Amino acid sequence: MESDLLLDVKDLRTCFHIAEGTVHAVNGVSFSLRNGETLGLVGESGCGKSVTMLSLLRLIAIPPGEIVSGEAIFEGRDLLRMSDAEIEHIRGNKIGMVFQDPMTSLNPVLTIGHQLCEPLRIHLGMDAQRARRRAVQLLEMVGIPDAEHRLSDYPHQFSGGMRQRVMIAMALAAEPSLLIADEPTTALDVTIQAQIVELVQHLRAQMNMAVIWITHDLGVVAEIAERILVMYAGFIVEEAMVDDLYEDSRHPYTRALLAALPRVDRRRDQRLRSIPGAPPNLLAAPKGCPFAARCELAFDRCQVEMPPLRTVATAHQSACWIDLATGKKW
Amino acid sequence: MASEPLHVIEPSESAVEWRPDELETPPLTLGQLAWRRFRRHRMAIFGGVVLILIVLYAFGGMLVFSEADANFVETGARLQPPSRAHPFGTDTIGRDILVRTIYGGQISIIIGLTAMLVEVFIGVTIGALAGYFGGKLDSILMRLTEAVLVIPQIFLLLVMAKYFAQDIPNIKFLGRTFSGSVLVIIFVIGATTWPYLARIVRAQFLSVKENDFILAARATGTPTHEIIFRHILPNSIAPIIVSATLSVAAAITLEAYISFLGLGVRPPTATWGNMLEGAYNYVESAWWLWFFPGLLIALTVLSINFLGDGLRDALDPHSRAV
Repeated sequence: MESDLLLDVKDLRTCFHIAEGTVHAVNGVSFSLRNGETLGLVGESGCGKSVTMLSLLRLIAIPPGEIVSGEAIFEGRDLLRMSDAEIEHIRGNKIGMVFQDPMTSLNPVLTIGHQLCEPLRIHLGMDAQRARRRAVQLLEMVGIPDAEHRLSDYPHQFSGGMRQRVMIAMALAAEPSLLIADEPTTALDVTIQAQIVELVQHLRAQMNMAVIWITHDLGVVAEIAERILVMYAGFIVEEAMVDDLYEDSRHPYTRALLAALPRVDRRRDQRLRSIPGAPPNLLAAPKGCPFAARCELAFDRCQVEMPPLRTVATAHQSACWIDLATGKKW
Repeated sequence: MASEPLHVIEPSESAVEWRPDELETPPLTLGQLAWRRFRRHRMAIFGGVVLILIVLYAFGGMLVFSEADANFVETGARLQPPSRAHPFGTDTIGRDILVRTIYGGQISIIIGLTAMLVEVFIGVTIGALAGYFGGKLDSILMRLTEAVLVIPQIFLLLVMAKYFAQDIPNIKFLGRTFSGSVLVIIFVIGATTWPYLARIVRAQFLSVKENDFILAARATGTPTHEIIFRHILPNSIAPIIVSATLSVAAAITLEAYISFLGLGVRPPTATWGNMLEGAYNYVESAWWLWFFPGLLIALTVLSINFLGDGLRDALDPHSRAV
């Protein structure tokens, strides 16, 4: 079991020092990931999902950013403490990343071939000819027809969905053991979304890699993830296997999120439910439960003390002072 | 580490299922678009043609006249107006002005181009470092840039030209012998004009490096030097090309300026600039002394500026003209 562990993150804290003060973006995030596992990371915009992942790859601009504490053991080594050269060797090689907006994530002045060959040259030491042959295979693998010719095309000659396929091919070029997909379908329309989800699932199974899928779309993540982390204001508030989370959520925030999902079987004259209030201002140092101000169940303890993540059922953790199954306060 | 056995992954049924999204006709490349816009710019085309003619004149003339002709002193034929034997007349010591404008033109053009290269090298390096790394390095480099900018350029040029021109040996290049002062002038012009370019490049880097594709390239593990030179620099190339083009004109003018004041390229090596020097006392009595080199300088500078304008419009991605 121990050797099966791919990534183990403990107490990661990242903040940004800006003119107005300090933004507490990630406040002690811990999670682990097994080889070949698909983990969903959900939460609304600005809750620290992307910053958590960028911190792991050390892609946060320092300054203004700062990784205050934590460790991230990946294949036995701490990502946060290795040298710049070592982390460069991890990026795109052991850990691939796909970004949200395929329209802006490819360099407009370089051909697709050049960009696709980059990780092959850098990480696998391939010469131009072999890299090109492999690039053709990669493009075919992600379903781009006429790959041979498309290598010399520029990004503006591709549509959004095609570009996202190219991004995926780039991220997978060196056959990483972990793929981080940062809302890869958000900028795409629904039919293309489904294709991309299917493509990643298919490749994940073939290459036996782990995937962290970041999204704010609970519908998408239900299809692809085995286990889900719910983030709120820089904290992980709930962690559960995907079925448990949808059927038996143990955190008020997750419940509110699920209740806000649009449903086909809901009556049309009913308004979409939303969570009242807004996420807390991250400029203030976190105190108490960040969701307390919007929570229907909040009581006095919630205002002063952050509840720790505790196991509420098998492989199911929740950070709440109330056990939602029994209604008992801790 | 070449890990040879990479899997060949079969495309899945669903993965090959795609919707044709290609346009009917292949879209134009960035270069084609730029050429299309450039072609519409009449003055730029005119500038380009004139410039080609001037370069042909200066370098083609070599085939007809030797350098010895340019420096041949015929004391009996001093200050002769244009005639059959001397179409552009002769100067104060009887040298043929036509041949001197040919050989002087070579030097002026070479000075213009190489001073531009020196400027681009210094300006791009400093601007790129400041813009990419930011922070302390940026502060230091930008203060240095401002320090050079606040000194009046002509003053700096004259002081440096005088200081470095002590005794530099002649140099041989392209089968010709140049006065060593040519090198000094190239260096001095390059070393005083780079701050403008450095600022342009820094501003470009500051904006380009914030793009998502730079983050994506870093996430791919691309090393810093490749990010700077292969990802950011090509995205900043348009203003650099325009600025560099205009710098060639500026360098030719500056060379003329210093040479006119007698601190530039030393005789007998001719340049368009130092041919003007001797003409100063004959503005009214021997017009051909300043007219021909002056005309060539004016035409060259004007053409390069038109060309630069055309390039600016053609390469500017925000330009609406198609």
